[in-house]
Amino acid sequence: MTTLLTASKLTKQFTGLLAVNEVDVAVEAGSVHGIIGPNGAGKTTLFNLISGLLPPTSGSLTLDGRDITAAAPYERTRLGVARTFQNIRMFSDMTVIENVMTGMHTRLEYSGVAALFRLPAFRRGERAAKERATELLEFVNLAGKARSRSGDLSYGDQRRLEIARALAGDPRLLLLDEPAAGMNPTETRDLATLLRQVGQRDITLLLVEHNMGFVMDLCDRITVLNFGRKIAEGTPRQVRDDPSVIEAYLGTKVAERLAKAHGA
Amino acid sequence: MAEWLDDFLFTYENLVHALGVHGLLALSMYCVMAVGQLSLGQAAFMGIGAYTGALLTLNLGLPFWLVLPLSALAPALVALVIGGPTLRLSGVYLAISTIALGEVLRVLYINAEWLTGGALGLSGIPRKADLWLIYLLLLIGVVAFWAVGRSKIGRAMEAMREDEAVAGVMGVNLPRYKLGALIVSSMIAGLAGCLSSHSNSFIGPNEYGFEMAVTILSFALLGGIGTPVAPVIGAIILTALPEVLRPLQDFRLVFNGLIIVIAVLFLPRGVIPFRLRRAP
Repeated sequence: MTTLLTASKLTKQFTGLLAVNEVDVAVEAGSVHGIIGPNGAGKTTLFNLISGLLPPTSGSLTLDGRDITAAAPYERTRLGVARTFQNIRMFSDMTVIENVMTGMHTRLEYSGVAALFRLPAFRRGERAAKERATELLEFVNLAGKARSRSGDLSYGDQRRLEIARALAGDPRLLLLDEPAAGMNPTETRDLATLLRQVGQRDITLLLVEHNMGFVMDLCDRITVLNFGRKIAEGTPRQVRDDPSVIEAYLGTKVAERLAKAHGA
Repeated sequence: MAEWLDDFLFTYENLVHALGVHGLLALSMYCVMAVGQLSLGQAAFMGIGAYTGALLTLNLGLPFWLVLPLSALAPALVALVIGGPTLRLSGVYLAISTIALGEVLRVLYINAEWLTGGALGLSGIPRKADLWLIYLLLLIGVVAFWAVGRSKIGRAMEAMREDEAVAGVMGVNLPRYKLGALIVSSMIAGLAGCLSSHSNSFIGPNEYGFEMAVTILSFALLGGIGTPVAPVIGAIILTALPEVLRPLQDFRLVFNGLIIVIAVLFLPRGVIPFRLRRAP
């Protein structure tokens, strides 16, 4: 196994708050890696650092051996990083298929001149983009709604559209920020199936999620954050039994009681 | 040409010129607003084009086919220089700094009397901007924006307008798009300036200040920015309205204002609210 993404001593200091404090994470290529932690643990900040929306205070990030610490978001996209957002951020006036085609921005090579004069390069590019977008919409089960205004879609549909839009950039690493938030158990199960299929497409998944059943079921490895620090890392089983994780989630008293109960 | 058309053009020549020039200015405003930026520098770019064109014609006697592109180039160079620092700003801060550009240039025009004629401006500019040329350029502008709008570039621009951070995550090179839009918009405004100076025969330093900047912005606000034609229609309405309302005499400005207020209140997306489809 090779490492696709490495964060070393990654730190983000907001005025008066260390949101991410010297976090080391190594994401194996082809794996599903989860990041969990109580609210305010720094999970979304970590995602913003990885996708380039925030510059780190210190530390470094490498993607496939290449230093991307200072790269702009669009450069990271070109190198194969894609993401979804915790609070869905759709281009809501666009149609569903336009959203997906916007996600292909870096993969469409034709020039502005080709677009202006409708040259063959433009027509070929757009035709291929449309076909690929239709495929992706079929993959996430939204083919029938390609021409709907994306802001009018139901919540679950918008979540899946956001995944299709992220996949449109042919990413190697897909960051999913709470993909199951607000979903009912059936939708969550369908999402897990969908994400397994994404994983089979040679895409590495890094996801933040609060739904423990979902995370434990899907992930190969889990990193636990609390107050911006990494407090545990390992397989789902290792993490579940880690006393410091139990303490972070349930508090010191419960953790002690549990430890006693197990000891007795 | 039919006789009535001749009569009409004779009576309303200035208005018909102004409609075309304002249409181009509306397009230049559209170009910036389409990427979600707010610039109040379009009047300043227009002024640079107007002065460049007038000076090249009056002092060097260059032919008009050469004056016109040079008048687009001059504001583009200024846009390139100010683009670097100002595009780090967003929203209202970019607007404020571009107002400053207009004021700096106004003071410059007034004080560089040896070149610009100072407060008296430049007069006796030959009328070389034919009507067909103005409207041909306007048509090319609208068609070009339409064509580019229906491509990955148009999608990227709309994405920036809706959510800039997400557009960046989609792989849009934000600084490049912002600078590109500012430069193209400054070139169109420069063309408009050159065309207006070569149809009015006079230009002065106070024509390209804050008031003109706000007028250009209102073209886009009234017309909308969903399609490239929308701001042009906004410009036509705002330019023609005072003439159409002339029979109302003293109440003209009251009605003029009232119509604009009603339009903005009830049509927040402009009088042409449709958006350009960006996928087949």
